[in-house]
Amino acid sequence: MDFRALFEPRTMAVVGVSLSNERHPANVVFNKNFFRYPLTVYAVNPRGGMYHKEPVYRSIAEIPEKVDLVLIAVRADQVPRVLRECIDNWVGAAAVISGGFGEAGRHDLQRQLVDLAAQADFPIIGPNCLGVYSAGNVDSFFLPSERMVQPEPGNVAVVSQSGGILVDQMIKFAYQGVGMSRAVSIGNKAAVNELDLLKFFARDQRTDVIAFYIEGFGPGEGREFVTAASRCPKPVIVMKAGKSAEGVRAVSSHTASIAGDHAVFSSVMRQFGVAEAESEYEMVSFCESLSCYPRGIEGRVGIVTASGGHGAVAVDICSAAGLSVPELSAEAQARIRQRLSESVQTIASLSNPLDLTGSSRDDDFVVAAGELSAMPEIDCILVLLLPYIPEVTSDVGARLSRFYRTGGKPIVAYVPHVDKYRMIIEGFQLNRVPVSNSIEGAVMMVEAMRRNRPC
Amino acid sequence: MLKQEIAGILEAARERGWVLEPEAKRLFTLAGFEAPRSALVRGGDEAAAAAAELGYPLVAKVVSPAVLHKTEVAGVAVGIESEERLRAEVERLGAIEGCEAVLVEQMVRGIELIVGGKIDRQFGPVVLLGLGGVGVEIYSDTAIRMAPLEERDVESMIAGIRGGKILDGYRGQAGVDRAKLAELVTGFSRLLMEMQERIESIDLNPVICTPERCIIADARIMLAGGAPARKLR
Repeated sequence: MDFRALFEPRTMAVVGVSLSNERHPANVVFNKNFFRYPLTVYAVNPRGGMYHKEPVYRSIAEIPEKVDLVLIAVRADQVPRVLRECIDNWVGAAAVISGGFGEAGRHDLQRQLVDLAAQADFPIIGPNCLGVYSAGNVDSFFLPSERMVQPEPGNVAVVSQSGGILVDQMIKFAYQGVGMSRAVSIGNKAAVNELDLLKFFARDQRTDVIAFYIEGFGPGEGREFVTAASRCPKPVIVMKAGKSAEGVRAVSSHTASIAGDHAVFSSVMRQFGVAEAESEYEMVSFCESLSCYPRGIEGRVGIVTASGGHGAVAVDICSAAGLSVPELSAEAQARIRQRLSESVQTIASLSNPLDLTGSSRDDDFVVAAGELSAMPEIDCILVLLLPYIPEVTSDVGARLSRFYRTGGKPIVAYVPHVDKYRMIIEGFQLNRVPVSNSIEGAVMMVEAMRRNRPC
Repeated sequence: MLKQEIAGILEAARERGWVLEPEAKRLFTLAGFEAPRSALVRGGDEAAAAAAELGYPLVAKVVSPAVLHKTEVAGVAVGIESEERLRAEVERLGAIEGCEAVLVEQMVRGIELIVGGKIDRQFGPVVLLGLGGVGVEIYSDTAIRMAPLEERDVESMIAGIRGGKILDGYRGQAGVDRAKLAELVTGFSRLLMEMQERIESIDLNPVICTPERCIIADARIMLAGGAPARKLR
């Protein structure tokens, strides 16, 4: 299905705009797009009138040009009629934010919506959703702009069954400095589901990573989803809720008892290289990590640190996560040592973790990361950067990223996130090195790369 | 297409909701898998005659539509070395509720694994591989993959089982033929795909693996539509 009209509309109609209630969801959506986005927005209400000195159209048919996207915020029983109008007037796509369908027991209304979508091959998002957000293009969320937190435009697309979780993810993306390309709340996912959006984002030039918040797949949908994900050249991340709501069925075989919904879900995701995040925090970290490095690794980590303690903590977390920290050969250690600055040559410990000590400088980090990057036994480099060390500068991120950018191995950095160190953090992030504010978080980012590989 | 005889076995068990062990094993034998040589007997004389054919040591098991989990009713006797014990066990098993016959079969020794299958609501046929035996749900040391499987999937499943090292031989105990095991699991996954409309889940537990072969020592097939589980023990 073609969703371009949904994410990059030139024209948009909002059906259900009220002339008396400024807080009506349709008004919120109209206003934010009318004032803040580069598209032409038309208000629709069967009663007509004027709104913001613009005419209110009585129907889609009255609008003087072809409409790309229609946002529908009218009572559920009116929705099929509006959808038929959309289809008759060659509208590109629709998002139905109204509730009162399957989730409220009105399966008949939902059925009508599904049938209309199928007959006309017409993309309908929802119902019972927030619709779409596309950075710089359109925002159909009925939440006032001043209440929302928008992440930087970026390369991660997020699809969520829950609108609330999606808006929250946007806040977390913004806080952690992760960029977003598109966000879709699919609600009841009556006509457009995760699989359809996966297939679209797989070809979307603005998107490099596709993340999903999933509450459940319909019968057989999981199989189709992982099959499509394994063919998708971009990393796919999922977070699944409702895993504890395991059915209390009478289970009569060992297999059915052990292979419950949760166990099967996680196993199959791993089998097909879909990175499953266990929490919201992991979800954001995975998105940041894979938006910088879209390939998978086996998980053999080289650790560069300026403190032995940080190195030891990182090794513990790595081994708990099943990542290995291979010891370097004496030969490799000697080679690295003679390239380090004089002040650290005699005191650095280089077996892996490579502890460059508090006397180290940018050059030493660059030497260590460069050497690790060239070693076949290492496939990812974890840099534990302590920004308070006197000889480390804000150039270090840009310099280290050179190895990755010249086809080398992925680098993940730990830097404490306080304003004082912002320049150092941005030095990494702007150069596509993911940065975490904890050692656990940094290892989680390495873990994301490993889960992005089928097993 | 499912072989007609296989479809027939599933059809005949539809009312009960699950397939009794001898029929389940016959199904897998028809599909090209290996099960121990066996005989169905009623009474000590028939058992003794079967033993003369099969040779000791033997295993004897209750065959009853009322017994889904045999060990829970002491419905399995292993390591039978003499006619005297065989007769005693057959008599004892014959007294278990609903006993239709006793399955007497050659005893195989080796590493016990579980190979299972389930039709998952979201993902369709999935295969489970793990360390088998009676304690399988306690250890829960298993790997799960979506079917159908290829040989490398089986390798990765073994790597994902904590006790997977046992398969290479441990402290004097022989290991297993990995190629044979992979053949069994991949073949099972294909059969599961073919039977997915008709079944709910399958336990092959244990599958006994030796350095030479993998043998299905017990099989339970739960049919789609569900067994009246609460009536069973």
